[in-house]
Amino acid sequence: MVLKVFFPSCCSSADSGILIGRWISEQNSAVILAVVHFPFIPVQVKHYLGEVQRVTKVSVSVLGSWSNSKQEKEESLSEFLEDLGTIFCHEPWIQISKEGDSKFWSCSTLQKHSKNPQEEEIILVYYDQRKVMLSHLHPPLGTAGQRAEDTSKLSAIFDTVARSQVLFMTDRYDEGPIKLTHWQSDGMEASIIVELLKQASVPACMLLTFLLSLVSGICKSRVLKFWPLSFLWSKLSTCEQLGHRLQHLQAISSNKKAQNQHQLMRKANIFVSLLIDVALGMLLMSWLYRKNHIGHLADTLIPVADHVAEELQDLLQWLMGAPAGLKMNRALDQVLGRFFLYHIHLWISYIHLLSPFIEMILWYVGLSACLGLTVALCIASDIIALLTFHIYCFYVYGARLYCLKIYGLSSLWRLFRGKKWNVLRQRVDSCSYDLDQLFIGTLLFTILLFLLPTTALYYLVFTLLRLLVVIVQGLIHLLVDLIDSLPLYSLILRLCRSYRLAAGVKFRVLEQQDGKPLRLLMQINPLSYGGVVQMYRLPTYSCYPRDSWASLCKKLFLGELIYPWKHKGDKQN
Amino acid sequence: MAEERRFRSASGAPIALRCRQHSASCRELAVRGPRLQLRSLSAATSAVWLAAYGLFALSENSMVLSAAIFITLIGLIIYLHFVKIDQESLLVIGSLGIQVTSSYASGKESTTFIEMGQVKDVVINEAIHMQKVIYYLCILLQDPEDPQGVSEVVPLFQSSKPRLDCLIEVYKSCQEILEQRKTASQ
Repeated sequence: MVLKVFFPSCCSSADSGILIGRWISEQNSAVILAVVHFPFIPVQVKHYLGEVQRVTKVSVSVLGSWSNSKQEKEESLSEFLEDLGTIFCHEPWIQISKEGDSKFWSCSTLQKHSKNPQEEEIILVYYDQRKVMLSHLHPPLGTAGQRAEDTSKLSAIFDTVARSQVLFMTDRYDEGPIKLTHWQSDGMEASIIVELLKQASVPACMLLTFLLSLVSGICKSRVLKFWPLSFLWSKLSTCEQLGHRLQHLQAISSNKKAQNQHQLMRKANIFVSLLIDVALGMLLMSWLYRKNHIGHLADTLIPVADHVAEELQDLLQWLMGAPAGLKMNRALDQVLGRFFLYHIHLWISYIHLLSPFIEMILWYVGLSACLGLTVALCIASDIIALLTFHIYCFYVYGARLYCLKIYGLSSLWRLFRGKKWNVLRQRVDSCSYDLDQLFIGTLLFTILLFLLPTTALYYLVFTLLRLLVVIVQGLIHLLVDLIDSLPLYSLILRLCRSYRLAAGVKFRVLEQQDGKPLRLLMQINPLSYGGVVQMYRLPTYSCYPRDSWASLCKKLFLGELIYPWKHKGDKQN
Repeated sequence: MAEERRFRSASGAPIALRCRQHSASCRELAVRGPRLQLRSLSAATSAVWLAAYGLFALSENSMVLSAAIFITLIGLIIYLHFVKIDQESLLVIGSLGIQVTSSYASGKESTTFIEMGQVKDVVINEAIHMQKVIYYLCILLQDPEDPQGVSEVVPLFQSSKPRLDCLIEVYKSCQEILEQRKTASQ
């Protein structure tokens, strides 16, 4: 079988010594982690390896010998290295030797207890130790976690290097019996800023947890649970967004360390998302309060509401006439038209009542933009909902009337044909009616049928208006969800340190020479941006669409009320 | 050793197959498609700019011209970076796995590595593509639960679409290496 040797590229220029690493017998491959230099005492090396094995749970052992001779090959050195094979008995004993500055190394194995003494092929794979140690190998999207474990040989290699971090702690400046060469043997690097942040984060987290517990205590208090207030909180999307952000803050300020890579990335993503949100909110606030933009906004709000009301009145006058050339039932038309016109008149009066306070309310509400851009967008969506409340009311009236009419028509149509709906059996059964029942039923059916176009037209017009408002609100919520769920930290990591998020590896064939082992370079193949977003997306509190297109159309036809955007807390009906 | 032979793709364009043997168990097979021709590039650019100039003559708005230049540049960059594949190569390493690389005209390379444990076999399949029936080479991936089953089919050389004679060469090369793993495991 082919023997694969994974050699760290940082040890290419190391002095002669012995190779330590992990032997994976199922794959017939040796992962070399470091080179131990002369002079050393074999007993101490074995003791050191035993300790490393105990701490890291990786079966590290001496795998072979490495000789880097600047001049010609020395015979005595090669015999000495072979003798080492008898001291550290390992099957197979790998011998790698490099002459001068040659790129092509000779690699051979000593097998004492092998059954077939044939020459096996050796493949030398170079890998960047630091990048493989820091990288996280993602299982292919769409497979279960357990299955990927036993079929992926590469994850064993990544795992070995990642778990041997304690082996890389000793560098060449340490005074000890063992002298190692690995990626960190020139000295450990650390950043002062990172260390300071780590020290400062513990008391900051504790303070944040305390403040958050106060805030959530106030929110959960009984005072706010009374009926009108709780109904209001559930309808306003701002409160949902604030609750969602509170949960995020609690997640990042908790004292528990992240268990695995996924949780660590999630915390980092939430932190960066909150930071960007607040920064954008501050930007918005500075724009609103500079040159009194918010005053201008408040001044234009009332005229806009007036304008909308006037447009609605014109629309109703048009409906009360002969809209699009259709002939309406005059009496019903006038009743409905006058009813809606009076409604608009009431609404305008309320708005005008509120107009002196609008500027002050808006000024204080605008301050809440410092909590984040998402909160400001949710407030905008709620203001739109409040201003178009009369459109919502009209839609409900129109829909209820239309729904009543449709149900009445279908039931009387069944009576017309001599059938009825059996509630017990949930099916249509034949039924014998009396003559007077049939007479009245047919009369009512005719009346409802001829009044249908008028009601249907009002219903159509108000449903379209309502759908327009719903679409505008939906777009705002889409933007809010985008800011909430986009994993910005992961995307920036993929951009700047792409080796940290690995989808796999790629091999490059290096220059070959006949008679020497095959040389390959193993590089990390980073995850695609789409894969990063799919893997690390933050969960949001809303999911849409609630209904499929077919059921939406059916509901519109029957006149049932539609709520296209579902929130996770709502019960299914 | 490297040798280059000329073949034709399914649509008749000339392609070149290069086969390199790095060692006894490692082979690289690369199919190179035709390069981007200068005349087709100039034809497309001139067509866009003539249309833009015609619109400018009609509307007297100079934004049309700058928009046309912008569109041409962006379109060219997108085409070179995301659409035009220059070379597709297959690197078969006996005990490690199979690596499939596509190199785009802008120099971008997109690589996928499939471990040998997941590879069930490499076969030539037939497919109905538009109005033709073409042959294509594909890798069958093993289903971990069912030893006889196939979990996924990975088609190779999708943009150059070589004809059967070229595919047979590639198939024979791959099978020689895949057989080694069967003898090794016995």
